[in-house]
Amino acid sequence: MRRFISAAAVVLGLMAPAFAQNALRVGVEGNYPPFSQISPDGKLSGFDIDIANAVCAELKMTCTLVQQEWDGMIPALNAKKFDMIVASMTITEERKKAVDFSDPYYDVPSRWVGKKGAFTEATPASLKGKKIIVLRNSPRAKYVQDNFKDSEVLLVAKETEVYLELAAGRGDIGFGSSVVSGEAFLKKPEGANFQQVGAPVNLGGGGGGVGIAIRKDDAALRDKVNAALKTIRANGTYKKLADKYFDFDISGGA
Amino acid sequence: MIDFSIIAETWPQFLKGLQVTLLLLVIACASGFVLSVPLAVARVSPRRWLSGPVWLFTYVLRGTPLLVQMFMVYHGLAQFEAFRESFAWVAFKNPWFCAWLVFTLNTTAYTTEIFAGALRATPSGELEAARSLGMTEGAIYRRILLPGALRRALPQYGNEVVLMMHATAIASTVTLVEVTRVARDIYYNHLSATESFGVAALIYFVLTFSLAGLFKLIERRYLRHLRPTAAGVA
Repeated sequence: MRRFISAAAVVLGLMAPAFAQNALRVGVEGNYPPFSQISPDGKLSGFDIDIANAVCAELKMTCTLVQQEWDGMIPALNAKKFDMIVASMTITEERKKAVDFSDPYYDVPSRWVGKKGAFTEATPASLKGKKIIVLRNSPRAKYVQDNFKDSEVLLVAKETEVYLELAAGRGDIGFGSSVVSGEAFLKKPEGANFQQVGAPVNLGGGGGGVGIAIRKDDAALRDKVNAALKTIRANGTYKKLADKYFDFDISGGA
Repeated sequence: MIDFSIIAETWPQFLKGLQVTLLLLVIACASGFVLSVPLAVARVSPRRWLSGPVWLFTYVLRGTPLLVQMFMVYHGLAQFEAFRESFAWVAFKNPWFCAWLVFTLNTTAYTTEIFAGALRATPSGELEAARSLGMTEGAIYRRILLPGALRRALPQYGNEVVLMMHATAIASTVTLVEVTRVARDIYYNHLSATESFGVAALIYFVLTFSLAGLFKLIERRYLRHLRPTAAGVA
C-alpha cells in the first residue's frame, strides 16, 4: 500500500506542471508543410509551431504542443483538450459560430496545382468532368463544391494527401491551401512534372486570413494573444520567423 | 442533450455510408471465403511445398496491422512510377479496388487459419471409417473433412465476419465515405460527438447484432447434431 501511495505521489508530481497556472496547451496539426510538419527526427516544426512558441514566450507561459487531427480540431478545443489552436485555421463565419479567433497571423491565397501543360486556367468550364482534389471540411472544399458543379471532387482527409493523390494520378488537379504548400510540393522530386495553374485565389471574399482559435469563454486569453501577436510583429520576431520559410510577404498587411 | 434535428438532417448521409460499409463487408467476406477454403486445405497438407507458402501468407498478413497494409497498397504502390504506368494501375488507382484487395487478403489469412484449425480437429475415427469404406482422398475431403470442418468453424467464422465489419472503418482513410467517415465529417461540422459517433456506434451495434443473429440461425441449422437432445439429457 505504501508503495502504491509513493508511486501515486510520483505520478501526481509529474502531472503537476500540466495543472500549473502559467501552462498552456496548444493544438497543432503536423500535416501542413511548411506551416506544421513533423521532421524526420519526430519533432514538430514549421511556421505555425514557431508562431505558437513565440506567442507563448511573449505570454511568459510554458506551452505544450498537442498534435490533433484536422477534423477533430475545433471539438477538441471546445472539449478543453487544449487552450488554443495554431493550425493555419482560416477565419470563416461558420467557424466563428463555434470559436473565437485572434487577429490574423498570416494570409496567403489558395492555389491550383496540375500536371505540366494539362491546364492553362482553372475555371468551371476548363475543369468540367475533371477530378479536383481538395481537403475535406475546409473552406476550399466548400468553394470547389459551390463553384465547380460540373467537376468531380475527391475529398481527402489531410492537406498533404492533396499532393499525394495528385502525384499518384487519382485526380486531375489539386486545390491547395496556399501558395506555399503547393510550392513545397513542386520543389520535391515527386512534384517535378507539376505546376501552378492560373492565378492565386482569395477565398471568403474579404480575406479573413488565418487566426489562432480560442474558446468563446476565454476572451481574456484572446486579448493576451492579440497583444502578443502585435508585439512580435512590432519587435521583428515575426519577420525573422516568416523569412525562415517564405521569400515574400505573408503577413496579410496588419 | 441529444440534438435530434442534427440526426434527422444527417441520417441520409449515414444511410449512404451504411451502404458503403455493407458493400465492403460483403465483397471482402465473399471473396475471402472462396479463397480460404482451398488455402486451408493446402495449409494442413503434409506436403511442405503446398503448406509452406500458405503458412507464410497467413503469418505475414496476420502479423501486420490492417491500416499499414492499406497504406502500403493505396499510397505505397502509387509511389513507383513504373507501377503507375503499368496495366495494374487501372485497378489500383481506384480506392474501391484497393480496399477490396486489402480486406480480402486480410480476412482470407484469418479465415484460412480458422478453417485449417477446424480441419485438424476432425476426429480420427471419421477418417478411419471413410478410408475403410474405400473413399478416395478427394471424396474424403468433399464428404467428410470439409463439411465437418466448416460446421465446427462456424462460431469462430461468425466472429471473424463481425471483426471484418468493424475493420471496414479503415476504408475511411482511403477516401471512401463509409459510416466512420460520415461520423467524422458530421463531428467536424456540427461539433458534437453524440450525434456523430454515437449514431455511428449505434449503427455498428445493430449490424453486429444482426450478424450475430444470422450466424446463430445458421448454427442452429448446421450444428443441430451438437445440441443436447431430450434423449441425451435423460
